[in-house]
Amino acid sequence: MAILNVNPTRMELTNLKGKLSTATRGHKLLKDKRDELMREFIDLVRENKEVRREVEAGIAKANQHMAIARSVMSDESLNVALMLPMQEMSLDISSKNVMSVNIPVFDIQYKTADENDIYSYGYAFTSSDLDDAVKALSDIMPKMMRLAEIEKSCQLMAAEIEKTRRRVNALEHVLIPNYQDTIRYIRMKLDENDRATTTRLMKVKDMMLEEAHHYSEREQ
Amino acid sequence: MYKVAVIGDKDSIYGFASIGLDIHPCDDPAEAVRDIRNMAEIGYGVIYITESLASQIESELDLYRERPQPAIIPIPGVQGNTGLGMQNVSGFVEQAVGSDILSDA
Repeated sequence: MAILNVNPTRMELTNLKGKLSTATRGHKLLKDKRDELMREFIDLVRENKEVRREVEAGIAKANQHMAIARSVMSDESLNVALMLPMQEMSLDISSKNVMSVNIPVFDIQYKTADENDIYSYGYAFTSSDLDDAVKALSDIMPKMMRLAEIEKSCQLMAAEIEKTRRRVNALEHVLIPNYQDTIRYIRMKLDENDRATTTRLMKVKDMMLEEAHHYSEREQ
Repeated sequence: MYKVAVIGDKDSIYGFASIGLDIHPCDDPAEAVRDIRNMAEIGYGVIYITESLASQIESELDLYRERPQPAIIPIPGVQGNTGLGMQNVSGFVEQAVGSDILSDA
């Protein structure tokens, strides 16, 4: 029970009632926001974990091929083969608003028309394992972009959920009970004042009547 | 128009050049920090970083957590999977929910 430091007046009471109804409405809205964010977040995190597992497996596979390629080719010829990439990837990032969190949406664009145009070398002086490695990476690339998109979204949403949760808790457990207690306190105080005034008036009336008619002397 | 980069030890990231990502070979954490700051300035949308390098500059990566770009995504390098990426994801759940309710264990 905590009472705010306010004067117990009627005006303060009206003010506090207004604040309480605002806080209650805000609490309800924030709670809905938190629940909806949480629902979206859980789905997204599940997908995140799955995509990450696939990406990690894909990269491991590509690395295996790469290791073999590196062992059968000289460093120099490998460097030369990968020195001038054919492909160049760029992104258009737009954003989607989910419960006031702006999550990114990626749109991948390739420089060359054919996105399978990935081999930046003639096949004469390179091992086929290099082809496999490049192919494996290229296969996993859409998944990697999806991973980046989801993981960033999860990151942003997690931060927003944490913030919203704190706000909901602060409203629910601190602000609203404080307002309620204070309102009750002021109401009690005002009622008490009313009763005090009434009894005082009755007493004064008694005294005035006594003065005018001297009831107590007549009774004797 | 945003670009995509990969940063990490040379052996882990070399292949990505062929599919159109910018590669930044780098072993030194301090240099990686400089590189990432630079890239964040000049419009990289996604930066993939090898887990081993990411684990050395975590405090720096935290700076980009709440920014919409760049998305910095840890990926396993040639040394194998350290599990850092998955830990991160579990970290998100923990941050949002309070405990990791989706862990497989």
